[in-house]
Amino acid sequence: MPSETDDAFVRSPWMAFLMSISVATMYRGCWQWMLLVCLLSFPLFAAAQSESATGQSARLSDGAAQSLLTRLAEARNPAKPAVIDEIAMSGDARARGWLEAFSASKLARLKDAERFLIIDNNRGREWAVSDALSGESAGKVSRRDLKTLRSNNSLRGHIDGVLSMIDLSSPDAEVRLAAARGLRGSVDEAMAERLPSLIEQEGDDAIRATLKEALAIQQLEANGDPAALDTLSGSLNAAAIAAINGAAVSDDPQLAQAAKVALAGIEQKLQLNSGLETLYFGLSLGSVLVLAAIGLAITFGVMGVINMAHGELIMLGAYTTWGMQQLLPGQPGLALLLSIPAGFLVAAAVGVIIERSVIQHLKGRPLETLLATFGISLILQQLVRTTISPLNRIVVTPEWMSGSLMINEALSLTLNRLYIIGFALFVFAGLMLIMRRTRLGLEVRAVTQNRAMARSMGIKATRVDIMTFALGSGVAGLAGVALSQITNVGPNLGQNYIIDSFMVVVFGGVGNLWGTLVAGMSLGLLNQFLEPWAGAVLAKIVVLVFIILFIQKRPRGLFPQKGRAAEG
Amino acid sequence: MNKKIAAAMLSACVGFSLANVAQAEEGPIKVGILHSLSGTMAISESTLKDTMLMLIEKQNEQGGLLGRKLEPVVVDPASNWPLFAEKARELLAQDKVDVIFGNWTSVSRKSVLPVVEELNGLLFYPVQYEGEESSENVFYTGAAPNQQAIPAVDYLMNDVGVERWVLAGTDYVYPRTTNKILAAYLKSKGVADADVMVNYTPFGHSNWQSIVSDIKSFGSAGKKTAVVSTINGDANVPFYRELANQGINAEDIPVVAFSVGEQELSGIDTAPLVGHLAAWNYFMSVDSDTNYDFIDEWIDYTGKEDAVTNDPMEAHYIGFNMWMEAARKAGSVEVDAVKDAIIGVSVPNLTGGYATMMPNHHITKPVLIGEIQDNGQFSVVWQTPSTVAGDAWSDYLEGSKDLISDWRKPMECGNYNVVTHSCGAQQSVATQ
Repeated sequence: MPSETDDAFVRSPWMAFLMSISVATMYRGCWQWMLLVCLLSFPLFAAAQSESATGQSARLSDGAAQSLLTRLAEARNPAKPAVIDEIAMSGDARARGWLEAFSASKLARLKDAERFLIIDNNRGREWAVSDALSGESAGKVSRRDLKTLRSNNSLRGHIDGVLSMIDLSSPDAEVRLAAARGLRGSVDEAMAERLPSLIEQEGDDAIRATLKEALAIQQLEANGDPAALDTLSGSLNAAAIAAINGAAVSDDPQLAQAAKVALAGIEQKLQLNSGLETLYFGLSLGSVLVLAAIGLAITFGVMGVINMAHGELIMLGAYTTWGMQQLLPGQPGLALLLSIPAGFLVAAAVGVIIERSVIQHLKGRPLETLLATFGISLILQQLVRTTISPLNRIVVTPEWMSGSLMINEALSLTLNRLYIIGFALFVFAGLMLIMRRTRLGLEVRAVTQNRAMARSMGIKATRVDIMTFALGSGVAGLAGVALSQITNVGPNLGQNYIIDSFMVVVFGGVGNLWGTLVAGMSLGLLNQFLEPWAGAVLAKIVVLVFIILFIQKRPRGLFPQKGRAAEG
Repeated sequence: MNKKIAAAMLSACVGFSLANVAQAEEGPIKVGILHSLSGTMAISESTLKDTMLMLIEKQNEQGGLLGRKLEPVVVDPASNWPLFAEKARELLAQDKVDVIFGNWTSVSRKSVLPVVEELNGLLFYPVQYEGEESSENVFYTGAAPNQQAIPAVDYLMNDVGVERWVLAGTDYVYPRTTNKILAAYLKSKGVADADVMVNYTPFGHSNWQSIVSDIKSFGSAGKKTAVVSTINGDANVPFYRELANQGINAEDIPVVAFSVGEQELSGIDTAPLVGHLAAWNYFMSVDSDTNYDFIDEWIDYTGKEDAVTNDPMEAHYIGFNMWMEAARKAGSVEVDAVKDAIIGVSVPNLTGGYATMMPNHHITKPVLIGEIQDNGQFSVVWQTPSTVAGDAWSDYLEGSKDLISDWRKPMECGNYNVVTHSCGAQQSVATQ
């Protein structure tokens, strides 16, 4: 071992224990050695930690660093983990950067040269790089001249494990907890040796419990330890369940029996959780359906216009989100929030153009309206295809909308869909307010119930038509903004939702916003409860058949309009 | 065959004056391009049209072929399968093109097939497909299942240690046939039925919540699990998004996809997908000078710095070069001459090797497995040591494993049964 690393050995906060790992691995099976090393590394570790607080950190000489990286580059894949451990152990402050770059396939070497570079930007033909040793920017290099060190899933997993172990000694409890969570299922033998002492040092109960679980998973998988099974029974963590499942089919009949008992206990909790999960899935699908359909509930339900271009108005809302994000690069969250009014206005404006240019001339001729708006939908699609691109556009999900909200280990609610449920309800409430509490709402209802009478009372029917259609179209735009977060933003976006939208409106009862809400939610739930048994294709068919039968029985949907308005 | 030639000669005599025939030979060579420029498939196919136009333009700058200019004839079948057949007829009968490069979906190829066979045309088909087909008039420059699906499963089984399999696909012919082959293959490798989960979804499926949740619980049975995805087109984006949101990363349950390439990734934020896999015969990130040159040409041609190249584009590059090489060898672009000459022709591919046309009208290709990176590109983690020859008839399906295809004389048969020693025992194993 080069002298530089010896020097570093005493200084770094975390290398001491990694040292113990690798030495332990080297002498696998040799208990005395392992014990000795563990005992030795203990005081060293404590010393190292106090030293790191002073801000000093070790630095390898360039020669040593170069030789380490060269070995990383030239080792065959099975030999790479050992080199990775060595880099982590070196205690060099740059080591983390090297490992992270390697993990992301961003560590490269110049062809025909020894120099190592970290790729800062790997898009396009010229890549921005910086020197791996000095950290200084090295300008742009053609990708033709670079040879990237290729990482893969298993190496990446190894690096994650190594980095997690380092993070476990971070002063930040959040970082430690995340590291501990990441370790479940990825602890190897060497790490398992070190974990017990780390668990003892840990002050936070939640982190300690998580670490114990991580250790128990490893011990159950590797040694079939019955004590580990006790620790894990009742856990809902996927890796823990996987370990217990593995134990249930082990050769040891006693262990297998105990594992089966533990599984039975878990099974019940899991079923409850999966029921709740399905409910959540149903509500979230339902809210997507409601969002897509509610604009149509106004144009089709209230005005009676069959607008086949409704889906394309949704698409325009989604493209507005994309455009907004192009205008505000680096701020996807702000762009998304601004897209809400922008998407509404864009779609509403297009809606007004469609209404003025086509629909108003076809009043009372539903078949012609259907054909004409279908034509408009094709025109809008091809317009997007030729002016923007036939390819899908990337809409970035902001940080606060990605990932999931963990209720417990087996039940987490995906955040993007949670926001969409909230947004759907918000839009619905807003529309209800407009229809019930504003003058526009009153006029709309008056015009749709009796156009001639409304006009004779001084309501400008044409103006109300325009406003209503703009409102319905604008809400479609809002749906597009929301959908951009869960599906493709491409020219075909609208087509996928138009049939569903009509289905929801017809099922809910034409002209009734509450009907749309209830219909959307119940179709979403029905679909999601059917899907696990029937499969996605059959579930869709069953829902469709159900609606057809329902409409046969109740042609006016769930909530039919009553009174004179219904006859009009 | 003789009859066809006689008929062609007769119609030539009746229909045209001698001067006209002479002029036709002096005129440009017509190359038909049959790719959808509108409708749902435009997203994938319009780039292939541009690729062909670029290749033709470049060839014309270098003096054309056999001393004649090449003239592209572009038609738009608008993602409409029956229209593909009409447009193919228009190209062959009306425009009298010498060769057609086209199609993407299998169903569109099946629709064109009888037309090119009836009018004796040449069709180069550039997309990976389910196999179980061999036509005298079609050259398959995309991958057959043994050049994509099977090696990918081998990689997962041997190098990653996967024991439990989810076969997820869109509900149509390519995924169903591929999954049938894969299920048979896995069975032959000793994988129990309980360790295979098959799932189909409709086109454009966007609500993946419960399926991803199922995959998650299927994967927590204590064995390494992987998803083999034949999910097509637009449905991929919401699928990958749901995977990322439900916290499934590639180290836990890798997804290997056969329909996700650079172009599909250009519509997704790939940061949460890093490490998921794809199997192709070409990646844009392949480190070879021919590839870098091709990318530079493509970027210059499209004028977009962020334009990407993908596997079907390479297939057209190979197919176009093979067709020209065969025409030079035969000294003419006449269909029957080219058909005979092209078997055995080798041209460079973009990954630094050579592609050869086999007697079964499939070509040899290397198989690459790539992991998705955060820049929308793939990093190659594994590749076959040498190229693999495409197999028209799968060795793992009943009724197809005894069939071979050989279009050389004297056999000239696309489905020769090596057990009964007869040609024409057409098996319809695939088309259900």
